[in-house]
Amino acid sequence: MNQDQITELVKRTLYEVAPDLATEPLDPKARFSVQFEFDSMDFLKFVTGLHMATGLALPEKDYPHLASLELAVKYLAEKLPA
Amino acid sequence: MTAFRMPSLGADMDEGTLTEWLKQPGDNLKRGDIIAVVETQKGAIEIEVFHDGVLETIHVKTGTRVPVGQVLATIRTAKEPESIQAVVPQPAPKPPVIIPEAPGLKVTPAARIRARERGVDIQSISPGQDGIIGLKELEGLSQPAQSRSGHGINLDEMRKAIAAAMARSKREIPHYYVGSIIDMTAMVEWLATENARRAVADRILAAVPIIKACALGLKQVPELNGHFLNDHLMRIAEVKLGIGIAMRGGGLIAPALSIPDTLSLAQTMQQLSDLVARVRGGRLRSSELTNATATLSNLGDGSADMVLPVIYPPQVAIIGVGQIEDRPWVVNGALAVRKLATFTVAGDHRANDGRSAARFLRYLAEIFQKPETL
Amino acid sequence: MSSQRKLTYRDAVREAIQDAMRRDVRVFLMGEDVGRYGGAYGCSKGLLAEFGEERIRDTPLAEAGFTGAGIGAALGGMRPIVEIMTVNFSLLALDQIVNTAATIRHMSGGQFSVPLVIRMATGAGRQLAAQHSHSLENWYAHVPGIKVIAPATVPDARGMLWTALQDPDPVIIFEHATLYNDEGEIASEGDLSMPIEGAAIRRPGTDCSIITYGGSLKKAIRAAEELQGENISCEVIDLRVLRPLDAKSILASVEKTHRALVVDEGWRTGSLAAEVSALIMEGAFFSLDVPVARECSAEVPIPYARHLETAATPQVAGIVTAVHGLLRQ
Repeated sequence: MNQDQITELVKRTLYEVAPDLATEPLDPKARFSVQFEFDSMDFLKFVTGLHMATGLALPEKDYPHLASLELAVKYLAEKLPA
Repeated sequence: MTAFRMPSLGADMDEGTLTEWLKQPGDNLKRGDIIAVVETQKGAIEIEVFHDGVLETIHVKTGTRVPVGQVLATIRTAKEPESIQAVVPQPAPKPPVIIPEAPGLKVTPAARIRARERGVDIQSISPGQDGIIGLKELEGLSQPAQSRSGHGINLDEMRKAIAAAMARSKREIPHYYVGSIIDMTAMVEWLATENARRAVADRILAAVPIIKACALGLKQVPELNGHFLNDHLMRIAEVKLGIGIAMRGGGLIAPALSIPDTLSLAQTMQQLSDLVARVRGGRLRSSELTNATATLSNLGDGSADMVLPVIYPPQVAIIGVGQIEDRPWVVNGALAVRKLATFTVAGDHRANDGRSAARFLRYLAEIFQKPETL
Repeated sequence: MSSQRKLTYRDAVREAIQDAMRRDVRVFLMGEDVGRYGGAYGCSKGLLAEFGEERIRDTPLAEAGFTGAGIGAALGGMRPIVEIMTVNFSLLALDQIVNTAATIRHMSGGQFSVPLVIRMATGAGRQLAAQHSHSLENWYAHVPGIKVIAPATVPDARGMLWTALQDPDPVIIFEHATLYNDEGEIASEGDLSMPIEGAAIRRPGTDCSIITYGGSLKKAIRAAEELQGENISCEVIDLRVLRPLDAKSILASVEKTHRALVVDEGWRTGSLAAEVSALIMEGAFFSLDVPVARECSAEVPIPYARHLETAATPQVAGIVTAVHGLLRQ
């Protein structure tokens, strides 16, 4: 997957968790918890969605790497075959 | 024939708009079935029937705004035939908590009418000092009808509903507060191990053991679990823990999660997940909004360290917990870094006191050191 | 906007009599001391000079006799105003009023009617002691066949008499003795007649209804003003007509406020207030937030000593306390 495809995937997963966010501006650097008031339940759903889409294990210790769009894309790009 | 009326889904609700009938005349109904969807200040709520029977007539068209107490439909209640039907043993539905009418309950005619208009159970109102339930005692329940805008939850309306409930709480309930800093390291580490061996979709949030622990704690300290009515505490056997759920944009709601002793953490997680989804999607059930026996206000990660929450009447306690953070602590006589969280209990001093709250917090502190028992 | 002029209740009564007599030759006034003396309460001062002895007739001290004569005159086509000095003395004419005036239309099968107006002073408050301080409006309001009115304001004192004189059946007008010196305003010109049916809301309010009549009206209004200072909003209703009672207005008010106090200078037992209370219970039971309260005279003959008379009759302080009771404060 290339960078763009990963970005699309992350966004899509985000919007599945919170459809109302689709119309809001998305700051790639801002943490989801701050930008969208994501709580642990939302975040778990997001992680689960990414897991379902990519098959990656996404252990809890790696959660800080998924905290924003930029971080998530970087992390996934490293883990996924190109 | 039973009249099915617009229920009151909160002490401050005056009316709702019937947006959808989920059953049609002729449909069989079981107690607990969802019969319709009603749009209120708190969003779309699914309303349940309390009788077995057949839906006979629908009296209100969809899209109609209906005051609390007005008849929505008529249900022909089923009569079990006396004959030799094989009785299939079914788990008996838990009966609702019935508050017997206290002998000599003095209710003025005007108050009775107003309570009926608002769909409020007159017996859930505390009488005044002279032992009379009059219009004055119903004053806190009145809320001017608000016009609404479009779909979804009107957050202004929700703000007003919260304001009314919280103002009433602070006006009527003598709050006291007790707090404890609890070492959550064992719990956090145990949960991490648990989640590591679970599929991503089955991971359990840190909130879940906290919820379970609180439910068990309330069983241990029953004077924190119930409703304060008619000047005394009505203890309730089951724990229905209201879970404070924040909604994006500023709304706040605390629907009840029923937590029997037998519910596992995984099952609790499932129920919580389902509840949150329905809150976010605006599909709550009427019973969830009205029968919490106590409430948990969990601020969650990245929030703050301590919360001093406000009790939702007629409950008599609310439990608060701040974020779990690494902090210096003393373990076996030496400084160590531990994951600590500050738990607080706000209690209604008419029903319980600091000792009850302290006992509860001590129980929590102990059980979090043995998280595998949750 | 027509201009207003100020006058006393007494002057209003006098003008009403004078105006009626000028407009209708059938009207005449008869009673003790109405002529030369100008009326025990001064209500006919100067009228003897204007109208002469035939139409301003001093009578002997014989209430039964002259009331009967008045009934006869009315039957004969006149429009008499019989002044019985006070309700206390009217007891001597009770038989004439109740058994003759009130019944002739009925007993004659409608062939005859008695277009009689009887005016009486009533009430306590002037240290006239037990035999001269009665409020027996309720006794008369009890009897079918007569109308009973109680003007409590200057416009009503000026305007109700003419309307009463037009009525083909007996009308009894109660003038509370403490009202005569009170001042009020009426229009300078135009038709001043007032209806003799319907109560009036003298002060609109929302927290409770104070229902009263006659000399108690001003006390109720003063109490309402005092209570307004405590943010309690009292609706004050002047019954104006005691038979027939304006049930519609009474019930509408109670349905709005949910609380009612009846202020009545009669003794509590068997009072007009009891009748109003029963009416409210029958018609507005489900609106009530508290039982109907009554502020009436104590169950004693009205005392002579001023402080005792005050203690025995409804006063502003008692009305205020009663309203607090209605609000369960």
